[in-house]
Amino acid sequence: MADFLLEIGCEEIPARMIDAASAELGRRVSDVLTRERLTVNVPVISMFSTPRRLAVSVTNVAVGQGDVEEQVTGPSIKVAFKDGQPTPAAHAFAKKVNTDIARLQRVTTPKGEYLAAKVVNKGRKAAEILRDTLPKELASIYWPKNMYWHAKNERFVRPVRWLVALLEGDVVPLEFDGVRAGNVSHGHRTLGGPVVVHRPGDYGNALERASVIVNQNEREQRIRKALDDAARAIRGARWREDEALLETVTNLTELPSVILGNFDTEFLELPEEVLVTVMRDHQKYFALEDGGHKLLPHFLAVLNTDGDPGGIVRHGHERVLRARFNDARFFWQTDQKVSLRERVPLLKNVTFQKDLGSYYAKTLRVQHLGSHISGPLKEAGFEIRPGVVHKASCLAKTDLTTELVKEFTELQGIVGGLYARVQDLDPALSPDAHRLIAEAIYDHYKPESMEDSAPRTIEGAVLSLADKADSIAGMFALGLQPSGSKDPFALRRQANGIVKTIAEHKLPLGIEQLFRDALAGYAGSEAEKKFGAKFATPQGRGEILQSIVAFLRERLEFYLRDALGFAYDVVNAVLAADADDVVDAVARAHAVAKVRPSSDFESISVAFKRMKNILRHAHEAGSEPAAEFHPGALKEPAEVNLAELVPTTAERVRELRGKKNYEAALVEISRLRPAVDTFFDKVMVMVDDPKVRANRLALLQTVLKEFSTIADFSEIVTDSKESKVS
Amino acid sequence: MSSKANPPTFQELILRLQNFWAERGCVLQQPYDLEVGAGTMAPETFLRVLGPQPYKVAYVQPSRRPADGRYGENPNRLYKHTQLQVILKPPPEKVQELYLESLAAIGIDLRQHDIKFEEDNWESPTLGAWGIGWQVMLDGLEITQFTYFQQCGGVDLEPISAELTYGLERIAAFLQDVNSIYEIVWARDPENGKAVTYGDVRLADELQFSVYNFEAADVEKTWKHLDLCEAECQALLQRFHGLKKTKPAGAKAAARSATGGSIPEEHDFSEPLTPEPQNGFVGASAVARFPLLPAYDLCLKCSHLFNVLDARGAISVTERVGVIARIRNLAVGIAKAWIEQQSASKPEVPPEDTEAEPAVKEKGRYAAK
Repeated sequence: MADFLLEIGCEEIPARMIDAASAELGRRVSDVLTRERLTVNVPVISMFSTPRRLAVSVTNVAVGQGDVEEQVTGPSIKVAFKDGQPTPAAHAFAKKVNTDIARLQRVTTPKGEYLAAKVVNKGRKAAEILRDTLPKELASIYWPKNMYWHAKNERFVRPVRWLVALLEGDVVPLEFDGVRAGNVSHGHRTLGGPVVVHRPGDYGNALERASVIVNQNEREQRIRKALDDAARAIRGARWREDEALLETVTNLTELPSVILGNFDTEFLELPEEVLVTVMRDHQKYFALEDGGHKLLPHFLAVLNTDGDPGGIVRHGHERVLRARFNDARFFWQTDQKVSLRERVPLLKNVTFQKDLGSYYAKTLRVQHLGSHISGPLKEAGFEIRPGVVHKASCLAKTDLTTELVKEFTELQGIVGGLYARVQDLDPALSPDAHRLIAEAIYDHYKPESMEDSAPRTIEGAVLSLADKADSIAGMFALGLQPSGSKDPFALRRQANGIVKTIAEHKLPLGIEQLFRDALAGYAGSEAEKKFGAKFATPQGRGEILQSIVAFLRERLEFYLRDALGFAYDVVNAVLAADADDVVDAVARAHAVAKVRPSSDFESISVAFKRMKNILRHAHEAGSEPAAEFHPGALKEPAEVNLAELVPTTAERVRELRGKKNYEAALVEISRLRPAVDTFFDKVMVMVDDPKVRANRLALLQTVLKEFSTIADFSEIVTDSKESKVS
Repeated sequence: MSSKANPPTFQELILRLQNFWAERGCVLQQPYDLEVGAGTMAPETFLRVLGPQPYKVAYVQPSRRPADGRYGENPNRLYKHTQLQVILKPPPEKVQELYLESLAAIGIDLRQHDIKFEEDNWESPTLGAWGIGWQVMLDGLEITQFTYFQQCGGVDLEPISAELTYGLERIAAFLQDVNSIYEIVWARDPENGKAVTYGDVRLADELQFSVYNFEAADVEKTWKHLDLCEAECQALLQRFHGLKKTKPAGAKAAARSATGGSIPEEHDFSEPLTPEPQNGFVGASAVARFPLLPAYDLCLKCSHLFNVLDARGAISVTERVGVIARIRNLAVGIAKAWIEQQSASKPEVPPEDTEAEPAVKEKGRYAAK
């Protein structure tokens, strides 16, 4: 039994790629050990990573495979012997398995009798196997982007500069990308040097002596603690928690330390959003805030070195931040010289998408679509401040022409909102409407992820929906829908945003109508010429619309499952009934999930599956249900009973459904259980008499149709064997 | 705050870096004498990274970006900044360490600083070029772009070149600990210690070119310049392709029909101005002397004129994508042609026993010396 260590020494690996690659390396090494029968008991696998290395160490590795006895089958007896004499085929086989013909065995297989032999496969040494198999595994690690640096067939995320591969004290002489493994690793760039690793178990300590903390969790803990310590120097201050940033700086450092820096309080006049973006996204600094979450004029920087006793590094970071803030302030002031209103025509010079034209054209479409969306919402009783959506959509994209957004693109929308707040938009506007416009612009890219919140106001929600629906419609019309991992315009994220916004604002909007309107917005535009022949016919437009609807359905499915946590069969059942009304689908999913554990519901689900199957088999056998069932033609008491229950239950279900009381409606449906069970017990559907058969099929079809409007119960996965009826 | 008491002046910084790289075998080139947006665009990078020939070069390149002009009012931004460009083809194994040594050479004690290599991949759609690399961060300041070129002019590179681009103003401001580029000491008179600042040397330049690029450039004429440069570049490229079809046996006549047909009055490049020794390699010679370098100059001019028009706000949405594509076409065309020219004029083993007429295909591979 031995310990194994593999370290790939690299030029700096991009921080964002390290975690996934490290996990994958661990998985690959572990798979090789299992596949090659090189594990003893339960191996313990540990992964290490820094910007300059990925490493994995494994305990309980066998130094060699055990020998394996294997039965090898040779030629059939008919071929192996002619007239009782061994043929050349028999000789050849005996030679192959290295024995005499007389010592060969005979085995009987379903195909007849064959020659066979027991062969002992000598186990190979672990070092040999690892040497031969690991290079291929290393080459297969997935990188979002890789490169070559000398030979074209040698690719990796960054140039590989050294390899350490040790089985206990011995080097495993593997070779990868032109580098041969040894036992020499390298420490911190400026504080360490070459390090000999004698045994796998020494790895962490050896590197720590060379100023590298190879354990990424330990580094993260150190950073957290150092951030806490540094923040303590300012009374009442806390560093602003930021998981993503913490992960980034952990993967940017080999020996982290933290410094507290300051900036002039005068910069606090700039919006917090701008300051935090500069600090977080551009400088990778943590912001400090007081007890009331108000930003303080300090920052924390995570260094890749052991400290800054002379304050030299702090001075440098402060200098850079001052320049960045000065830039931001300069942009802010310059931008005020041209108001958002004056910037609207400038949008003609900003490309939205090369075939969809400018942001000016988009602005006009979004304005129009916004009013299409607002209309029915107002009718449904939503209070939408008149003129707000219109004005906000007009100005929403104008910040793309500002210097601040050109510099900090991630602040698009937010900057528009901030500018709208401080600018004179229209003297006739009430302060209230003015605020709503600014908020709608500020929020209109939201939600940017499933974790992000939807726009705060209804007006913001409408603008956000119109903007996103317009983009999706245009891209689909161009044939640029996402496929596989390819989604360059982030249409999935935008569609997720639409679903989440509709759901959280509880908007009574149909997906299909939304996109019909969005597509109509392109009619007569320059972009239409790029859409091709398909867009020109109503049928072609219908096809585009249907592919968008299907795309949104997938996103709704994702939302119900991954964001709200519904079981996949509940989601399938609910969406099979209808996927157009998002709010309704969410409500139905809640109801189905709630009643699902009851035994009546389970039985009903089984019964519905059975009905569906019977109808399908009947259809396949050429037997169709009657157009509608005639209660008078029913004979058996069980079917009469069911038929009588259907209209009354259906009536109550319809009423409850109308009130959106789905849970009660589902309970109502599950009360059909005894009648349905008796029906299946006593009544044979597929009888010879075609009239009786057609009538009974019609009854089943009516039941399915009447009671599948909330969910298609046949989609519910049940434990019962009945579900396997086919 | 520099770790040294006497930080280098701007010109000392340049001298030290040049010295450093010269001592490591680099050819010290002079800045390219045309307007370029970056050191990458100078032929010493764009063309030299193509093809198999190893090369090491370092040069200062003033880089003009009209849209970045700020009338000399912004302490951190310039219309024309200065890069020190190093190309190492192929990159030595210790290229990162070598780079870090160069920082030590300009007075940065790395043990006292926070240095990070953060992912930053470089791409230039106009040049059909991209690479993988980092921005090198020193105490939070981006001081260098470090790139392993992967493709240039749409061509996969072999060998790879490492490109180091130092931002000299930033580094100087850092070393001298000044808050405005214009306060950088450019030179100091050893006689009396009197300093000449960056502002003294360059402020007028920044102001006047900002005025020109944002306000004064004649849009119509600039467009015309662009069109003319593009047309001439295209015509040259077409003629180069015509040349390739030329059969060496009847080089003159064939070249005439290939090029002269469409552009009758133009000079026939396959015909040398001085009589050529009749060694059977007429075609090769015509390729070798073909003016692709001037064609590339024309492409660079287009790129700069485009930047001027862009700064001037004269390029509309629909035009923008199109013009970039036009310039990329030129750059890619030149890159491909350059590779052909290089391999055609590569001084391989001279054909000694060629009594038998060499195969037509092979002829083009040798240069007429």
